[in-house]
Amino acid sequence: MADTNQVNQMQIANVENYPRGLRWVILVGVLLLYLGILGLKESGSLNPYHIQILCLICINIVLVVSLNLINGFTGQFSLGHAGFMAVGAYVSAFLTRNVINQLTFSGAEWLVTLEKAGLFLLVILAGALVAAFLGVLVGLPTLRLRGDYLAIATLGLGEIIRILLINLDVVGGARGYAVPKLTNFSWAFWLMVIAVLLMVNFINSTHGRACISVREDEIAAEAMGINTTRYKVMAFTLGAFFAGLSGALFAHLFVYISPQIFGFLRSIDILVMVVLGGLGSITGSITAAIFITVVMEMLRQLVELRVIIFAVILILVMLVRPQGLLGNREITDLFRRKQRGDPDEPAQHQKAV
Amino acid sequence: MEFLQQLVNGLALGSIYALIAIGYTMVYGIVQLINFAHGDIYMIGAFVGFFAVVKYGLPFLPTLLLAMLVCSVLGVIIEKIAYRPLRNSPRITALITAIGVSLFLENVVRWRLGPDPRPFPELFSVKVFSLGGVQVSNVQLLIFGVALVLIVILQFIIYRTRIGKAMRAVSQDQDAARLMGINVDRTISVTFAIGSALAAAAGILVGIAYPRIDPYMGILPGLKAFVAAVLGGIGIIPGAMLGGLVMGVAELMVVGFWSSDYRDAIAFAILIIILLIKPTGILGKNQSEKV
Repeated sequence: MADTNQVNQMQIANVENYPRGLRWVILVGVLLLYLGILGLKESGSLNPYHIQILCLICINIVLVVSLNLINGFTGQFSLGHAGFMAVGAYVSAFLTRNVINQLTFSGAEWLVTLEKAGLFLLVILAGALVAAFLGVLVGLPTLRLRGDYLAIATLGLGEIIRILLINLDVVGGARGYAVPKLTNFSWAFWLMVIAVLLMVNFINSTHGRACISVREDEIAAEAMGINTTRYKVMAFTLGAFFAGLSGALFAHLFVYISPQIFGFLRSIDILVMVVLGGLGSITGSITAAIFITVVMEMLRQLVELRVIIFAVILILVMLVRPQGLLGNREITDLFRRKQRGDPDEPAQHQKAV
Repeated sequence: MEFLQQLVNGLALGSIYALIAIGYTMVYGIVQLINFAHGDIYMIGAFVGFFAVVKYGLPFLPTLLLAMLVCSVLGVIIEKIAYRPLRNSPRITALITAIGVSLFLENVVRWRLGPDPRPFPELFSVKVFSLGGVQVSNVQLLIFGVALVLIVILQFIIYRTRIGKAMRAVSQDQDAARLMGINVDRTISVTFAIGSALAAAAGILVGIAYPRIDPYMGILPGLKAFVAAVLGGIGIIPGAMLGGLVMGVAELMVVGFWSSDYRDAIAFAILIIILLIKPTGILGKNQSEKV
């Protein structure tokens, strides 16, 4: 398996290989996209339903990229992402109902809006932080496990969270929990942009490189002096943080949450997107999140067929193109200056367990 | 008394888990794959039984054999189509495929038959015997009996037949087994067939004991049986039996002495604890990792 373990040229491509202006081009593009959607919304071309779907796309992007951080970049197979999402959703919803809604605001209108926005941000962060804390708590012991054991342990964790929530009457138990609608497109979009930026920067940092080395060969990474447990927990915690964040956005978008929403199937949905886009490709994750969210909405009436189609896609992708549609390539690779060798030929990397 | 009663009920449930867990453990032992679809094969076993009884009015034993036959064929087909091409890929790839197969089976059944639970037809009128204050029903006795017979047959196959010897050889070292002239592909197919047949038997028994079957009935018992297999030591057949019984008893003790709300959580709590304390399971031996 030595050849499959070779570190991919793409992944360790130095930042200096990219043209300098690329960063600004991307930022301007993102800004234009945002303004364009706002414009379409104002002109009435996009109805509230469309906006809701766009928000869901943003939330799913955060979920998929954060799971990719754990599964794709660090090579740790987690099946409990919906659990962290649930924690973020419930903690933030609880805080909104019991703190924000109990406060009385006074003063100028813009000041109140600002105060409310600030509080909402704090609530979202609280949800994300609790999820991250839980991530550390479970990550420390369970990340000693390898491969499929970790998958089952995280799956079990997600189920335990769901069962606990069903039995927690403070937040409505199995009946569900109503949440005020606070998420709008701007919140979802900009938090998504910030989250993705943070995660991209993490991956391109020393820590991110360490995570990738853990994926490529854990024993070799350890021999190189990398504290593998530390980086696994770090990736897991970061993933949990952003899952919690998207859960908080999700709760305040759909105004109603129940433990069933965050079941095993939700984790699978996220996993399908990660796998389809490519384990180890942020671009792939974003593309897959957009594509699958839209397709899911279009197939909403066909409850079972939808999942059957998904299952078939999942199996076919694994059989035909196990590295996912984009493998671990990024869109930015297109702009990268040529290196020695042939960097356009991506190494068919797969983690050998 | 309450304790003994829950123990008996737990052992009955545990026998069913044990039957499913054996399939998990056999497949894992031979191809190192968590066959996520195993719980769904159990579900399909229950549905085959349902139609055999409702449509054709078959009695218990033919129903059981038919379901076991259908499921073993299904297990072999799944292995051929979905798992065999991935045998040399990373384990995660195969695991994701297995999840896909599981979703596929659940939703095909749900699509064709609808999501609503169906009552499993009554094959026996339930009689309850009282043994010194402990209630034992004839259905529970049937579960014990069938599980015992199947396990004895399984032991015979594994330790007294050529194919059993081949299975043991392949699980020890696939390449060496191939060099010795063992047909590895066929051996793996047989393993899937046997595992699936046991799951089908468990499905029928569950249908009789807890007469409600639905397309998603396989998810939780499947996961719990997997936990049972890990608990006993994955890849070790007596471990799977032991793990299954422990799981069943633990679950009903939680129901009896605490709250039935947490009956599903206990399995995962056990899993996480066992993975932390002794990841190789109760009967497992420690293996050092080779670099």
